[in-house]
Amino acid sequence: MRSWTFTLVAVVAGAALFALSRFVQNDYFFFAGYVVLQYIVLSTAWNILGGYCGYVNFGTAALFALGAYTSVAIHKFHPVPIPVLIVIGGAVSAVVGLGIGYLTLRLRGAFFSIATLALAVVIQTLIINWDYVGGSRGAYILRPQTAPVIGSYIQYLFLIMLVLAVAAVAVARLIERSRLGYGFATIRDDEIAAEASGVPTLRLKLIATTLSGAFMGMAGAPLPYYVGYLDPASGFNLAYAVNSIAMPVIGGTTTWIGPLIGAILLGTLQQWVTVTISSAVNLLIVGLLLVAFVIIAPNGIVGLVRPLFQRGHR
Amino acid sequence: MSFPLDLLINAIVAGVLLGGFYAAVTCGISIAFGILDIVNIAHPAFIILGSYIAYIVNSNFGFDPILVSIVMLPAFYALGAAVYQVYYVSFERRGQEALRGLAFFFGLLFITEVVLILVFGVDYRYVEAVYIGPTLHYGFIDLPLRMLVPCLVSLLLILVLQVCLTRTFIGRAIMAVAQDQEALRLMAADPIRIKRIAFAVSIATASLAGAFLIVIQPVEPSVGRDYIGRVFAICVMGGMGSLPGTVIAAMLLGVVESFTATFYGPSWAPAVSFGFLLLTLAFRPAGLLGR
Amino acid sequence: MAQPLLQVDDLSKRFGGFVALDGVSLSVEPGERLGLIGPNGSGKSTLVNCLCGALHNETGTVTFDGIDVNGLAPHQRTRLGMARSFQLPRPFASLSLADNLRIPLIYSANVRRGSHFSASEIDARCGELLTLVGLDAKARRLPRDLTQVEMRKLELARAMAADPKLLMADEAMAGLSHSEIEDIIKLLNRLSERGITIILIEHIMRAVMSFSQRLVVLVSGKKIADGNPQDVIRDPEVERAYLGQ
Repeated sequence: MRSWTFTLVAVVAGAALFALSRFVQNDYFFFAGYVVLQYIVLSTAWNILGGYCGYVNFGTAALFALGAYTSVAIHKFHPVPIPVLIVIGGAVSAVVGLGIGYLTLRLRGAFFSIATLALAVVIQTLIINWDYVGGSRGAYILRPQTAPVIGSYIQYLFLIMLVLAVAAVAVARLIERSRLGYGFATIRDDEIAAEASGVPTLRLKLIATTLSGAFMGMAGAPLPYYVGYLDPASGFNLAYAVNSIAMPVIGGTTTWIGPLIGAILLGTLQQWVTVTISSAVNLLIVGLLLVAFVIIAPNGIVGLVRPLFQRGHR
Repeated sequence: MSFPLDLLINAIVAGVLLGGFYAAVTCGISIAFGILDIVNIAHPAFIILGSYIAYIVNSNFGFDPILVSIVMLPAFYALGAAVYQVYYVSFERRGQEALRGLAFFFGLLFITEVVLILVFGVDYRYVEAVYIGPTLHYGFIDLPLRMLVPCLVSLLLILVLQVCLTRTFIGRAIMAVAQDQEALRLMAADPIRIKRIAFAVSIATASLAGAFLIVIQPVEPSVGRDYIGRVFAICVMGGMGSLPGTVIAAMLLGVVESFTATFYGPSWAPAVSFGFLLLTLAFRPAGLLGR
Repeated sequence: MAQPLLQVDDLSKRFGGFVALDGVSLSVEPGERLGLIGPNGSGKSTLVNCLCGALHNETGTVTFDGIDVNGLAPHQRTRLGMARSFQLPRPFASLSLADNLRIPLIYSANVRRGSHFSASEIDARCGELLTLVGLDAKARRLPRDLTQVEMRKLELARAMAADPKLLMADEAMAGLSHSEIEDIIKLLNRLSERGITIILIEHIMRAVMSFSQRLVVLVSGKKIADGNPQDVIRDPEVERAYLGQ
């Protein structure tokens, strides 16, 4: 399916989903749905650098929280429509991602990963010490009662995240089938051979980091409005760090479908476990699934299912 | 800003003591990452595990935490061997260390933290021992025993490790396995077994480091994450694999962190190690580029 | 006056205290077939890595096609026309054979031309190269389905896909059988007929002698001989250092 056709289908599917959801009376659906959609964006974003290029980013929480805290900072100065916040949040995280990439992507993948771990701690430290956004005490954002056109504010947030999710998936697929995607795959397979074949590996890695960071920041920008109260503990929550890695790994890292499947399956599972058991047990399950999949089924669900579709295909 | 002399000297002394402790925390990584090239980001998790075990025994039976950790050395050694076996079979042998190995260790780090939260909750835990509390005074220099004792034991540990690495056959085999597996095989030593021993030793050091940690400061499950940046910064700056280098780099980081905490506030300390890491990566890339 | 395609002057490379290359100079004319031999550890692969930019040499200059390549990244040198095959084949494991060749075509040959190859032209060139090395039947397979010699051929084909002016073949024949070596030599000859300059780094004397127009000998990082193959192997110093008494 050609890329533009796919994008059209994705947009239509998203629109249909939203239209259908308007019939749902229960607000909980939109609250939970927002979280799942958010994870679709985060997993897809992570996978552009992690799955396509093979560079593992442990700092998703930091880039995500940067988007959220940028919104808080701007909101305190002068409230601004969410779409604008998304663009700014995305830009901030893109720049930070690019910066950390520029410093460490010339070195081995392991050093990049370690640097992203440390980055998460540092950005969290900076935010905790920044009183303007509430520091460790946190900040309150008053959620407006209604939203333009849509009516219910939570449905508005849901729609925004839905748009982001469709955009993220469409971009991921676009990249995957393009010359850029081929380049990414060679970086993952054998970076030295890629360089020798004429692939500008540093430039491509920086593109991947920037795109990845941008989407993470964009996913974080609406968060303060969703939760109403933002503090470093929730912004830098452990859950974001492990989920953005577990979902693509469990779903399958080599294609755009993997993160989508992982986010939907795992995201829904987590909503259920958190409500019925506890959030700590929920995280434990995710961690165990991650380790299990990495050992037993390294290509994820996609890897397990794909052979079933390939009979007589090639 | 003025730096009063007595405050400055004490900051430096505290930094050196802290550095001794950091060396113990890092020496495991110096072996696992510096020599074996295994990016074990879960190392802090094993340290915290050591801390909690020391806590359990100490709070129930009153035994000295450092002694407890020494008794636990064989258990941690076995744990390390088991973890390496899984790592080797699942990733090293398949040649997929990069993404999978990192995700594996991250998963371990994460699972450990969550299990500790589930079992112990998020309250800070601390131990009691004879040397926690008293401070030696020499003029205006303060030497808290709870920092001095771990520092001294840590340096002893590193000395023992260094002697073993350079003087025993297994030790030298470990250093050789990093450079040339084939040659090692020809010398009738099984490289996999050697690596397993080395990794097991690195996890064993975590037992001791964990005891030191909980002696120095109260511990709760997320404390481990602060140490990831520190540990790799010290390992890299210390020249990867070199234990003496690790000690020097650890002391340096300790002093800079102590200085920052004394004059600028303790909440900035975690940022220091990251700055260190960046500086290291920026200025010592020649030894780090695509091994 | 024709300038050499590759001019190497006083190239040195150390690893800590170990001197891998010590003031190596050599020049290669366009279309030439140069053989590079030397004992294990003499620095042959290090030299190739320095020429391609995978390693940084401390001293010396490398001029390719009149351009000083010092400081250029490997991918930039490949785009200029320097290609190499790896001693241990490094295929892109998740891509089909055809896609393996597509990469250098898209990222090197296509970039250099100025005008774009269309998708069908790229496909055609992939097919042509695979046929040249005898792998067209396996175009859609993955590299893990290949035999040793097929991997070597893929390695050479991928270097060729970058449309190079200079090809450095790093021990492409190690461990192959007699007929497999013949295959590779035939392939290299065909490439040479197309006007491509070839540096053959090899241990297999028979192959090197029959293929090379000129022979360079490297021992302990120093060039000890450079000239006509027949003369070089009779050089007493070469006999002593490499061929054995």
